Amino acid sequence: MNLSPVRYRKALAAAAIAVVLGAVTGCHKKDQPVNPATLGPMPSHAAAPTATLSADPTAIDVGQSVVLNWRTQNATSVTIDGVGEVPANGTQTVSPSSSTNFHLTAKGDGGSTEANVRVTVRVPQAPAAPVDNTDMGSEAAFHQNVQDVFFDYDSYDVRPDAQSSIQTAASYLNSHPAIKILIGGYCDERGSAEYNLALGENRGNAAKTALTGAGVSASRIRVISYGKEKQFCTEQSESCWQQNRRAQFSLDR
Amino acid sequence: MNNHPARPLSQRLSRPVGFIFTAFALLFLSHTPLHAQDWFKTETSSGVSNIRIAVADFKPTTADAGTLKQTFDTTLYSDLSNAGIFDIVSKSLLPQSTPGAPGEITLAQWGNAPTSAAMVAFGAFGTSGGRITVNGFLFDAKNTQFPQVLSKQYSEQANEDMARQIAHRFADEIIFRLGGGVPGIAETKIIYVKFGGGNKEIWAMDYDGANQHAITHLGTVSISPRISPDNNRIAFSSLGRDGFQIRMYSLLLNRMVNFPSAGGTNLSPAWSPNGHDVAFSSSRSGDPEIFIADSNGGGSRRITSFRGPDVSPVFNPKTGSQIAWISGRTGLPQLYVMDIDGSAVTRMTDGGYATSPSWSPNGQFVAFAWDRKYGPGAPGGQDIYVMEVATKRWIQLTHDIGRCDFPSWSPDGRHIVFANSPDGHAASTRIVSMLADGTGRRNLTGAGADMPNWSWK
Repeated sequence: MNLSPVRYRKALAAAAIAVVLGAVTGCHKKDQPVNPATLGPMPSHAAAPTATLSADPTAIDVGQSVVLNWRTQNATSVTIDGVGEVPANGTQTVSPSSSTNFHLTAKGDGGSTEANVRVTVRVPQAPAAPVDNTDMGSEAAFHQNVQDVFFDYDSYDVRPDAQSSIQTAASYLNSHPAIKILIGGYCDERGSAEYNLALGENRGNAAKTALTGAGVSASRIRVISYGKEKQFCTEQSESCWQQNRRAQFSLDR
Repeated sequence: MNNHPARPLSQRLSRPVGFIFTAFALLFLSHTPLHAQDWFKTETSSGVSNIRIAVADFKPTTADAGTLKQTFDTTLYSDLSNAGIFDIVSKSLLPQSTPGAPGEITLAQWGNAPTSAAMVAFGAFGTSGGRITVNGFLFDAKNTQFPQVLSKQYSEQANEDMARQIAHRFADEIIFRLGGGVPGIAETKIIYVKFGGGNKEIWAMDYDGANQHAITHLGTVSISPRISPDNNRIAFSSLGRDGFQIRMYSLLLNRMVNFPSAGGTNLSPAWSPNGHDVAFSSSRSGDPEIFIADSNGGGSRRITSFRGPDVSPVFNPKTGSQIAWISGRTGLPQLYVMDIDGSAVTRMTDGGYATSPSWSPNGQFVAFAWDRKYGPGAPGGQDIYVMEVATKRWIQLTHDIGRCDFPSWSPDGRHIVFANSPDGHAASTRIVSMLADGTGRRNLTGAGADMPNWSWK
């Protein structure tokens, strides 16, 4: 494989860092005392010990227990870290509070050997926040699924043609329970400002009622009426007026 | 104002039109009901019954009186011509002389043709030592033996604002004396909404459009300002994070004061005439309903309960025991009246789109905006109407001048200020005042002003 110059330099740098790290961490270590057993002639007739360690089950919830089961041969002393000296063969029930590596060391005349088993402990998540629930979805996905509801002239009844989009919106919102919704009630520029603010409130509430009727919790919905104070467009035409007569949904952050 | 129930509507509405109206009424009464007549548009207020008054330029008593005196003269002339009870002698018909004191006036000059004044306002204006000194007189031109009706002296700091204020005070004295004991309005204020750049702030101005200045600087949309009867506080509605809420500004402290927020949209506050209570529209319980709370926001109670928007309450300022408001309970918004405990609900309008009531100071009339043939493509537009509460008879005050909304009565009941958009666009809305019979219309602001509210005094 050809290394490009950049990659090559990166690799070089990584190697250098590894060396430096090794040197730094190595500084604190004294030289290991020499194990006499590895030196000099030893009686070689003794067989090396063997060891196996297993756990059943290997994954538990907090508070549950697990059975450790070990078998050794040719060992004179067997220890398990965290448990202590144990017989050559045996079982023991343990209840670790967090995931643990159980480490068995078997020593015998023929040397020593090790065995490991990992027990995974599942710590439960807060029940209200499963992984999916933190997902508010994207702004685009929200607006694609939750579309504005338009109203007839001087009316705050949700039109029959808006029912399907309400259903789409409700199912999207029900699958994204983290989303909070702000409903803005808007009116066209005709009529009087104060009355239109009240009408906008009714439009927002009508949209809220439609959503709660489709199973969206009312506590997730906030309604603000803007009346005709925030116009989407200002032409004096029916198409513009219709765009202004709406309940607009947005993510309430 | 005359409260005699048997007199025709227009005569109680405005003195100047009374004479001609009576003549017309005699013609029409036997044949047609009294409503929906357009004869108010005829030149009825040309002043047959008005007092003919000559307003002389004041005599300068010091050499440097110059521009301040000009301000004073202009303001006094305009106050008296705006009052709605005078027939002002045109400046070109005035005698050449400028009398500054009772000894200097020759009454025959003013009482005879072509001036033909019944009353003469004149006096002297001087500035010295940083102060304005004004001696003002009102003389009865036909009374040669004891002509003096009024004599007033004023001394104030020398600046434009005080020159205007002195003129307003003198004008109000004259109006009070000659106008049947009703105090003039030259010293009253109009608060309103100034808009531009996406925000709306609360502003105030003198009744004649002078001295326009900002009250709030909240940087949001603030609407529906209503000044308290003691002129100390302004209640309004302002857009915040939780939608529109009632807010309160103290004109004594020159800052916002607390008014508790509530859920939903809260808007269109209105003061009770004793200043103790505020009525408003709130959707805290879901549907927008009329509530009444203490003026500090406590003890709020719900007055209406009917599906549909209920907004824009206004107390009967005479009694404080009734509320007129707008309700959409039957569809399009209509004008209603009820007692303040929510009983005796009466629908006043029979159709169309009615909004923005303002109850006249004497309690007899409600002015409101009405589009009688509301709907896409319908003829006519939104105009200002006045309805007599007791009879539900109404007259139309504005015709073909574009969109009109938010009428508000002056404290003397002779004037109505309102918002007008000549081309129907919100951006061109300005504030216009007129006499309560629809005549004497004049613009107080340029485009960019809306929702006027006339102070109570």
